[in-house]
Amino acid sequence: MAFNLPERVWWKPMHTEEKVWIVLCVIFGLTTFFFMPVWHMIGHQNPPSETYKLLPSQFADKVNTFVDQYAVKEASGEVKTDKGTPIVHPPGGSDIYLMGKQWIWYPILELEKGKTYRLHLSTIDVEHGLSIYPLNMNFMALPDYDYVLTITPGEAGEFPILCNEFCGIGHHKMVGKIIVKE
Amino acid sequence: MANQTSDFRTCPTTGLKVHLPAQTLIRINAVTAVVYILIGGILALLVALTRWPAVHLLPADLFYRALTAHGVTMLIFWVIFFEIAGLYFGSAVLLSTRLVGIVFGWVAYLMMLAGSLMTEYTILIGQADVMFSAYPPLKAHPLFYLGLILFAVGALIGCILFFATVIMAKAEGKYSGSLSLVSFGLAIAAIIAVVTIAGGAAILIPTFLWSVGLLSHIDAPTYRLVFWLFGHSSQQINVSAMVSIWYLLAALTVGAKPVSEVFSRTAFLFYAFFINVASAHHLMVDPALTTPWKIWNTGYVFHLAVVASMMHALAIPASIEVAQRKKGYVHGLFEWLKKCPWENPGFSAMVLSFCGFGLLGGITGVVFGTEQIAIVTHNTWRITGHFHTTVVLGTTTAFMGLTYYVIPLIFQREVMMPKLAMIQPWMFAIGVAIFSIAMIAAGGYGVPRRHWDITFAGAPYGFEFSPTVFLLMSVMGLGAIMAVLGGAIYCLVTVGSVFFGKKIS
Repeated sequence: MAFNLPERVWWKPMHTEEKVWIVLCVIFGLTTFFFMPVWHMIGHQNPPSETYKLLPSQFADKVNTFVDQYAVKEASGEVKTDKGTPIVHPPGGSDIYLMGKQWIWYPILELEKGKTYRLHLSTIDVEHGLSIYPLNMNFMALPDYDYVLTITPGEAGEFPILCNEFCGIGHHKMVGKIIVKE
Repeated sequence: MANQTSDFRTCPTTGLKVHLPAQTLIRINAVTAVVYILIGGILALLVALTRWPAVHLLPADLFYRALTAHGVTMLIFWVIFFEIAGLYFGSAVLLSTRLVGIVFGWVAYLMMLAGSLMTEYTILIGQADVMFSAYPPLKAHPLFYLGLILFAVGALIGCILFFATVIMAKAEGKYSGSLSLVSFGLAIAAIIAVVTIAGGAAILIPTFLWSVGLLSHIDAPTYRLVFWLFGHSSQQINVSAMVSIWYLLAALTVGAKPVSEVFSRTAFLFYAFFINVASAHHLMVDPALTTPWKIWNTGYVFHLAVVASMMHALAIPASIEVAQRKKGYVHGLFEWLKKCPWENPGFSAMVLSFCGFGLLGGITGVVFGTEQIAIVTHNTWRITGHFHTTVVLGTTTAFMGLTYYVIPLIFQREVMMPKLAMIQPWMFAIGVAIFSIAMIAAGGYGVPRRHWDITFAGAPYGFEFSPTVFLLMSVMGLGAIMAVLGGAIYCLVTVGSVFFGKKIS
């Protein structure tokens, strides 16, 4: 039995059934493994790896400069906000910034459909998880690291963004949004 | 070390010689494990009833606290106390030899107990609301990390005793040739455990120093990388231990004999070499890691750990079929299966664990860990559903099945309330399967894990999930109640039998 000592010579050749099964399993393993790099090449959506190291204070400076530069203004000249968070409308093709902090996503990005942007994602306190709805796309925001996601919005509308990495007691209230205009 | 014959008794059922000091250690570790699954189960109920939107039981702070405690209690304390008991059983008892270094066995136990109590206490007083993963810069009280370190060192001593016992038994001529397949599988589990604990030490010690102010900074991606060598690999100890227990239960329940030792042992070796790669699946949508690194790890090294599980998936049912056919159940294709001892909780737990782990847990794990699919699965409830099918439906159900043999063989008591024991694995496993599948389905809509309120009351903006999500979350709640009841019956039968069961002389 399985818990008794095996026969003195247990390394006998396997039966045909087992050999066939191993061959099938290995073919399965090799096939799926082969497709890992192949999907990366022929697929259209891969997790990016472009990353830069910088201090949270440096990232916050970049975000503030970005908001000053592209903030949407009211007729009165005031910066347009939604529930206190400024709305920013950067031109297509530009570098845009999204900062996680306990417990908001800052700022609100207003993008144009079909334009491509380089989205810089990071956090100035603890780890946060960017989760874009209803698409359900998820990427990590880590302190000290600027993660660059190249994005092209494919449809217009408002896309809520949640935090899906536990970030403290207000975690479930951390909801921001991305607006995509036609 | 004393090694008199008076230290041994002969088991009337198996004929194995049981080292009495080892038996005491196995008992105390197993009882502590059951206490922890009881605590973890109560926390599980609180967590599930909070995530069920219609009930929404706990306030946010208590929910996150209960969730942290539930994760640590179940993923670390319940399984590792049980596994240490299993390692002593797999070495000393199965080899009919003495457990080397009984004193160190007690040192290990006391360190694990003190460490686990320290960590639990820190969480329960609200000083460590950081989740199981405890990603810095989220900071817990230093005792949280210190408790885990103490626990891990204790577990490491337990693994060393396992190896020492196996080596000494051979040196003393207690056995010759190779280990039994079950002990071999447990040895693989112990090897994975050593790697796991090394990973835990490598990251928890610096994090502890950071929490007391001796280190100024912990690099976030480095923590994530090394932490999962501990956090995920600790579940790979479970996989190897669980598969060994499948072989053991198949032998105990229907007298199954491995159809090919070479085949099964090769599969175990593949676990030792390749299964740790799964740790990388937490990091597929992280910054700071290169694409080749992600591609290599998402593919599991030619999926050889998957091949290993598929080999066990052939070997175990085959061994059961051969044993049953030898008993004369040869009519038709499936008489052997029909005539299996389905009323024996050891057998049903093994089959449920086997099917649940393979069909639900293994497949979802390999698929969700793929580089591109991680974009839609990362940190959603799909992941939570996946690891409840592996760790709970797989490992915990198998451990429960083994308990019905540990009670007569090690505690020398009859199992009380046999009718309840008979339905227990079914109730538990089906409950877990229901809530896990509901979690995976709701996660497909993007429901985040570790989240108190998916209606986002009080948030500046909201997102309205489809009504299907709320239906699925209610199904999750009902499944969880069923599973918790199954777990409660397990604790009742186990504790009842151990203390009040009829003594077997």
